[in-house]
Amino acid sequence: MNFKLKDIIPQLITVLAVVLVFGFFTYNAQVNMENRGIDFGYGFLSQESSFDVQFSLIEYDGSHSYFRAYLVGLLNTILVSVIGIIFATILGVIVGIARLSSNYLINKFAAFYVEFFRNIPLLLQLFFWYFAALRTLPLPQDAESIFGVFYLTIKGLYVPAFVWENLNIFFYTLIVALISIIIIRIYAKKIQESQGKQIPVLLISIGLILFLPFLSFLIGGVSLSFEIPKLKQLAATSFVYEGGLSLPPELIALTLALSLYTATFIAECVRAGVQGVGKGQKEAAASIGLTPNQVLKLVVMPQALRIIIPPTTNQYLNLTKNSSLAAAIAYPDIVLVFAGTALMQTGKAIEIVSITMFTYLSLSISISLLMNWYNKKIAIQEK
Amino acid sequence: MFKYVKQLTSFVAMVAVLFAFTTESMAAKKSKTLKNTQKKGFVRCGVSQGLPGFSNADAAGNWTGVDVDVCRAVAAAVLGDANKVKFTPLSAKERFTALTSGEIDILSRNTTWTLSRDADIGLTFVGVNFYDGQGFMVRKSSGITSTGQFKNGISACTNLGTTTELNMRDFFNSKGISYEPVTFEKADEVVAAYDAGRCDTYTTDKSGLAAQRIKLSNPDDHLVLPETISKEPLGPVVRQGDAVWEDIVRWSLNTMIEAEEYGITSANADMMKTSDNPAIKRLVGAEGEMGAAFGLDNEWNLRIIKQVGNYGESYKRNIADTGILPDRGPNELWTKGGILYVPPSR
Repeated sequence: MNFKLKDIIPQLITVLAVVLVFGFFTYNAQVNMENRGIDFGYGFLSQESSFDVQFSLIEYDGSHSYFRAYLVGLLNTILVSVIGIIFATILGVIVGIARLSSNYLINKFAAFYVEFFRNIPLLLQLFFWYFAALRTLPLPQDAESIFGVFYLTIKGLYVPAFVWENLNIFFYTLIVALISIIIIRIYAKKIQESQGKQIPVLLISIGLILFLPFLSFLIGGVSLSFEIPKLKQLAATSFVYEGGLSLPPELIALTLALSLYTATFIAECVRAGVQGVGKGQKEAAASIGLTPNQVLKLVVMPQALRIIIPPTTNQYLNLTKNSSLAAAIAYPDIVLVFAGTALMQTGKAIEIVSITMFTYLSLSISISLLMNWYNKKIAIQEK
Repeated sequence: MFKYVKQLTSFVAMVAVLFAFTTESMAAKKSKTLKNTQKKGFVRCGVSQGLPGFSNADAAGNWTGVDVDVCRAVAAAVLGDANKVKFTPLSAKERFTALTSGEIDILSRNTTWTLSRDADIGLTFVGVNFYDGQGFMVRKSSGITSTGQFKNGISACTNLGTTTELNMRDFFNSKGISYEPVTFEKADEVVAAYDAGRCDTYTTDKSGLAAQRIKLSNPDDHLVLPETISKEPLGPVVRQGDAVWEDIVRWSLNTMIEAEEYGITSANADMMKTSDNPAIKRLVGAEGEMGAAFGLDNEWNLRIIKQVGNYGESYKRNIADTGILPDRGPNELWTKGGILYVPPSR
């Protein structure tokens, strides 16, 4: 009994202290807001926002609600984070492996890249890429096309838009292809375990995923045409491209800065991971006759990943949170649209800041959970 | 999971603490803000991060501008020295929070007086020190000379968190023009992006356009279009709930404007004490008890005029002589064809 009490009392005191402190500040905030005539409430979310946003993944204009504006910002944050994470990972892995290269030039170049980009504040890099891009990119009327269909201009990257017919059939064939790949993989594993034969799964998979959708074009009635951006004159020296898809330079600069910066940290994680695998492991693998590719794929990488994943998760979280610097260069992420314009128009500081905090928290937790699940999946399975 | 909840709790607590530090009672008869200001020995004033003519710091850190002069006037009135002001540069986004949380006591930062700001968010506007309106700036080479020439697809650079964003939408919507808003957090980035050619037009208050034009790499290549698409009465703001402080700021501004009306300047203020006109005598503290209601002495208004000057002097020094807007337009006295008209000091 005594032992139990001793255990519980410090816990109780901690909880009480947290509740009291939180209660004190909440009460104070309430009193102060009442004194100044500030209402508290989330009702504003359904009001008309009456401001427009430059770039949105869903249909939005000022006649929609503040909640819709929030979604626009959230989706833009997710978009830049996802693209950033993909590029940062690819670049990080390449640079990380390059740092281990025995080629002097490759090795030193990778080391220089890592040291250079990770030691300059991200905001500065962001301004550099944004204003460097703005200063060097041509005006729409001076832009040379790339393959006749892409235009990279100061107002953004214009790419042809896809115009699909019978898009659903195309998707069905994709799904069929994916399912057959899974079946083939399971089958290949069985064959290998029972007969020791190896089937070139990768080649078959690539073939399937290309061939089946291709069939849908031939006999499924699927057709794809492109809407190519066209130059339009607004005024004597003022032009813009119409039609097609346009990616704003803000998105490009932000993605570039975030990926280049975060890739340096991921590269270091990768290098640490690969170096963390014992030399004996590689030698043992080579001695039983595995090819260098097999050594990397079957022996080194599975062990290295266990070291790489946890710190890389941190970098993914950092990248997502760093995307909030977007506001500095006019990329309409959640901070600019919601914690910026919406906050200013409504004056609901506490409400909006709390929603924004919860949003980042949820995003971070989701990434963490996903990465933890993956980490667990590749962990050593003790039998 | 609990760990995250705790982190969040502490963050919310930190937000709350900002409010906690400034608890004040509505019932306090004497102005708490005034008392605090006199105890500290300086007026805490929120200004812009650099808008020539309105609030701008030189290399030595000296602030000048018509918005700055409102704060200097208040300092002269309540502390006796126009230089006893601590200026806090604020972005459009931060300004109201800084005021309501008690970080500053006057917000004099080219802020538009609107119903929702006045009524909703715990602020009180005390007057207008500049009548402005939103306009557009374009490159002269574009050949555009009127907003009627705007076409679908035009991109417009502007500042975040201002009435500008709303006016812009109203304007383009009413004309049925589709546009691309490019919204930056800070004015310097807006100017840089517009200068680089990111946008076809730059829109904000016309005074702001005139002031920012000077910062462009080649000011003469740009043109402010004649149309004005909105009313932007700019003025100082105080926290709601301190009526005496509100009155002090309001009448400090009114004193500057009325002094111009009666021809009282920083140079002749002392001589005006012996004027025959009682209205003039009241403005220089030679008649009546004009400071008692604020808890101030009788020469508070005289100090404003002597140390800061009247509104016309302030305008000339900051806006006209710097070449920003030589023509006073609506900001001329009502007696000279403008709309500057203040209630009498009596």
